Amino acid sequence: MSTKVRERTKGGVGESLRRVDGAPKVKGQFLYGSDLWAEDMLWGFTVRSPHPHARIRAIDISQALTYPGVHAALVAADVPGKKTYGLEIVDQPVLAWERVRYQGEPVALVAAADLETAKRAAERIKVDYEVLPAVADMEQALRRGAPRVHDHGNVLKHIHIEHGNPDVRADLWVDGYYETGMQDQAILGPESGMAVPAEDGGVDLYVATQWLHVDQEQVAPCLDLPKEKVRLHLAGVGGAFGSREDVSMHIHACMLALRTGRSVKMVYSREESFFGHVHRHPARIWMRHGASRDGKLICVRVRMVIDGGAYASSSPAVITNASTFAAGPYEVPNVLIDGTAVFTNNPPCGAMRGFGAVQACFGYEAQMDKLAARVGIDPVELRLRNALSTGSVLPTGQVIRGSAPVREVIRRCAALPLPPQPVERDPITYPGGAGNVSRGERLRQGTGFAIGYKNIAYSAGFDDSAEARVKLFAGAGGPVAEVHSAAAEVGQGVHTVLVQIAREELGIDQVTLHPPDTMVGSAGSSSASRQTMMSGGAVQLACRAVRDQLFERVRQWARTRGLTLAGELRIMGADVVTDGRRLAPVVDFLEQPVVATRVYHHRKTTPMDERGQGDVHVTFAFAAQRAVVEVDEELGLVRVVQVACVQDVGHALNPQSVYGQIEGGTAQGLGLAVMEEIQIKDGRVLNPSFTDYLIPTILDMPPVVSELVEEPEPGVPFGAKGVGEPSTVVSTAAIAAALRAATGRELNRVPVRPDDLIGLEPPRKSSGPPPAVKGVA
Amino acid sequence: MRIHLPRTLDEALEIKATDPEAVPLAGGTDLMVLLNFDRLRPAAMLEVSRLPELRAWRWENGTFLLGAGVTYSRIVSSLTEFKPLVEASRTVGSPQIRNRATIGGNLGTASPAGDALPVLAAYDAEVVLIKAGGKTRTLPWHQFLVGPKRNALAPDELILGVRWTVTRGPGSFSKIGTRNAMVIAVAGLCLVMDEGQRQLRVALGSVGPTILRAPDAEAFASKALTGAGAWEDPRAALPPRVLEEFGERVAAAARPIDDVRGTAAYRRHACRVLGRRALAWALEDRKLRG
Ligand SMILES: Cc1cc2nc3c(=O)[nH]c(=O)nc-3n(C[C@H](O)[C@H](O)[C@H](O)COP(=O)(O)OP(=O)(O)OC[C@H]3O[C@@H](n4cnc5c(N)ncnc54)[C@H](O)[C@@H]3O)c2cc1C
Repeated sequence: MSTKVRERTKGGVGESLRRVDGAPKVKGQFLYGSDLWAEDMLWGFTVRSPHPHARIRAIDISQALTYPGVHAALVAADVPGKKTYGLEIVDQPVLAWERVRYQGEPVALVAAADLETAKRAAERIKVDYEVLPAVADMEQALRRGAPRVHDHGNVLKHIHIEHGNPDVRADLWVDGYYETGMQDQAILGPESGMAVPAEDGGVDLYVATQWLHVDQEQVAPCLDLPKEKVRLHLAGVGGAFGSREDVSMHIHACMLALRTGRSVKMVYSREESFFGHVHRHPARIWMRHGASRDGKLICVRVRMVIDGGAYASSSPAVITNASTFAAGPYEVPNVLIDGTAVFTNNPPCGAMRGFGAVQACFGYEAQMDKLAARVGIDPVELRLRNALSTGSVLPTGQVIRGSAPVREVIRRCAALPLPPQPVERDPITYPGGAGNVSRGERLRQGTGFAIGYKNIAYSAGFDDSAEARVKLFAGAGGPVAEVHSAAAEVGQGVHTVLVQIAREELGIDQVTLHPPDTMVGSAGSSSASRQTMMSGGAVQLACRAVRDQLFERVRQWARTRGLTLAGELRIMGADVVTDGRRLAPVVDFLEQPVVATRVYHHRKTTPMDERGQGDVHVTFAFAAQRAVVEVDEELGLVRVVQVACVQDVGHALNPQSVYGQIEGGTAQGLGLAVMEEIQIKDGRVLNPSFTDYLIPTILDMPPVVSELVEEPEPGVPFGAKGVGEPSTVVSTAAIAAALRAATGRELNRVPVRPDDLIGLEPPRKSSGPPPAVKGVA
Repeated sequence: MRIHLPRTLDEALEIKATDPEAVPLAGGTDLMVLLNFDRLRPAAMLEVSRLPELRAWRWENGTFLLGAGVTYSRIVSSLTEFKPLVEASRTVGSPQIRNRATIGGNLGTASPAGDALPVLAAYDAEVVLIKAGGKTRTLPWHQFLVGPKRNALAPDELILGVRWTVTRGPGSFSKIGTRNAMVIAVAGLCLVMDEGQRQLRVALGSVGPTILRAPDAEAFASKALTGAGAWEDPRAALPPRVLEEFGERVAAAARPIDDVRGTAAYRRHACRVLGRRALAWALEDRKLRG
């Protein structure tokens, strides 16, 4: 047996390989969905409801149809097949009929020679609305006698988790009420795509999305076409963060293309984008933590209500997640959690990076700080005392079987160096400094600490498997491996990591990617931090199958020549080798390409029972962050000075990508902590633009100091956990904690406003006792 | 749409006389946004960003005339003697915006959130308007800025520039936004200490329907400075509570509203703090200058 250490494959796993899409993106050469173009194409445009809630009495499209340059104007009656679609509950109208339930709901479509013409024709579509009272508040929605958003009532989904004895006694109790605002994914590339009618009566849809196959499943029935006739192709995606999990312009563009027989392109403007996708659920959270005198958690009781808006989207899964994580990454023997997602006439909410875990973390980490103060110990110490570890039992009864290095994550984060105190300061570094509001008056520093966790991949019995096809063939310059996966590259770097995995497994230098489409099986969604594990796993399996087939050919070849191959076969670059000896070039065995298609499944999970018990999640990733902030305590302006992060990643397949995810996720968490909120009044969005929906600029982002804990996760490819979400889950909570430390104020709502920081606005009070669970069903 | 591309100011004014509907287009950073959002569909546009007469500035016996076509980038790099104006210009948008956006455009838009405008108000500037034949008309800033997004420009006129008396003394501009760049002011304040006229002037942006001065606060501070002998002696101490009281009076001049960017209460509070700080800084800067 050779004891030689296996040399690393160049560009393989574990290397900070440069992104395969990096250069074209930096140079502006990458084609995004909005760059799609076809000879003779038409432009589609959507007519949307101006009202949060109204009855549609009549729609008159005649004036639009006669407008020069218009090729089609369509309403609900023109939807060829099923009139509704949806990710989990099929309740969202392709085009509204009879009723509109949120401001911006699509009502009609126009296709015209150019976008300007389409918009002007759209203005000529007359919709006669009878405005109805809107259900604008999530707690109001649960009150008896509230108007109903849907005939089946306003409870979208209720989750009940009961573990141990929630009526147990404890030495101390801390209570808290928390609110989070509605956050937008603020994708840089708005919704876009192009539908091309095909000769077989079907359609090819090029679209910027997170999951081609779930789109296909929803689009085809609405078009009344078999799935094979609705072929989806991934167009360049300008960010996703959950906003592209739901169907947006997909069905609309296909309807217009099939009606006109022409290619139809649709691109949302920034303003339309705010109405064209779901947002992060606003949440109201009531928490009660009971502990022993030395700070061991005894009981956690949580009531959480989240605003699902007008349609279901992925609210059932979001409230499931939010509820299962509501006690935090801690061992708690007695738990009672009630989570409700409600229907209102607000914009629909659904998936966004962190998926319910963000709101929960903001609540439970504030509670842990309160408890630390009550017990009189350091907040970091309190967390260490209660942290989960392998073998811990979760509120769902699930036992953590994988890696859970929570204590190491906490300890290492707390030990990261604090930011240096500068001797001399550039005034731009004061809070609000770019506006010249300070020469350093009344500054207060604060440090906050938060930990959190997130599940990887889909949960509760869902088998979100991933398929990949790998083809090894003789290229002009030697053997080439082509990876065909439908995994959506949404900016997170999955394509790069798939190439790395193929190189690692096959030992082949040249790896190319087939454009992602529905001609290969589903890869599942680019969400839930799952693609590295799932599509990475599929590529690994397919590569191993290809290698086995190739080696079978090699063995056959050897047999015909009377050679005996005692040692292990390997591919190195362009050659097949054994025992350190070159046998033959790989291409010699590739007269016919070798092809293998494989599907990767994660371990099975189970749905929750009526008491919320079950083996719900596949695996978990943990993160800790420490934020240092500076507040101008007179003006209530904030500068986040530094964020330190330690994340449990299993195994970093591309360390630079991992650090990138941590920094990007932190920026999004910072946004929710101090500025990002879709403001809504009576169901209407007040700030649907980047003028008034503020996201952090580079001047608002602090340096992020991060380290990775690499304790491989057993039973998953390369031991790698997903890395996209944990930093977002914790950074909002960490920054809020730091702001509390700096100001001594309660700050129970994010985004924290200047008014909150200087006490112009008191802490948010619950409008009453938490809505009764009984009234819910 | 008719697009006019004059090469000289005279040509532009002739066009404006015959086609008064033509909307002047300078940097386009306000106008193109309106067009893109379909809030404006002008029948004609008149491009003025390349007119050399508007892109110039000049000193003429004690006054300074800043051409309407001067961009914020040029102010920041070349007009450093006007510190508050430079400080305001630096806070406008991003580098790309500052390379295109002009003072004339800020006046043309007449938004209460126009960042150059509190500076012009604190300078007691006057706006110089011009029409065909070179006829000019001069309006004090407050007669030009007549309301939210409304100004006194006549259809046959262009803004030639803005003129103010060059003063001696410290001053500053401050702007509050809820992030550090690319932000519309929640409140803005410019303070100018005019040592020649022994007058302190303070102007507020984003806290009323248009730019506001705080005459009561100004008179109070000017008097306090006189009383303490501080106009002559930069080291003279002001009585306690002058800064506080000044801040209160500045806040009292604000006429803020609640909107998506901030609450009326916060805006008023911000005026108080910024006023107090700006006066303290001015006094500090005079001491340093000796
Ligand atoms: C991303 C972004 C960020 C911004 N940030 C800020 C900010 O931080 N602070 C701020 O104050 N503003 C900001 N603005 C607004 C804008 O940049 C300023 O108001 C700028 O001063 C406008 O100048 P302009 O040359 O681009 O004007 P234009 O858009 O060309 O014109 C604006 C108006 O003035 C009229 N006009 C222009 N020149 C003349 C003239 N010579 N005679 C008569 N009328 C004339 C035009 O007809 C039009 O009505 C921002 C805009 C954008 C797009």
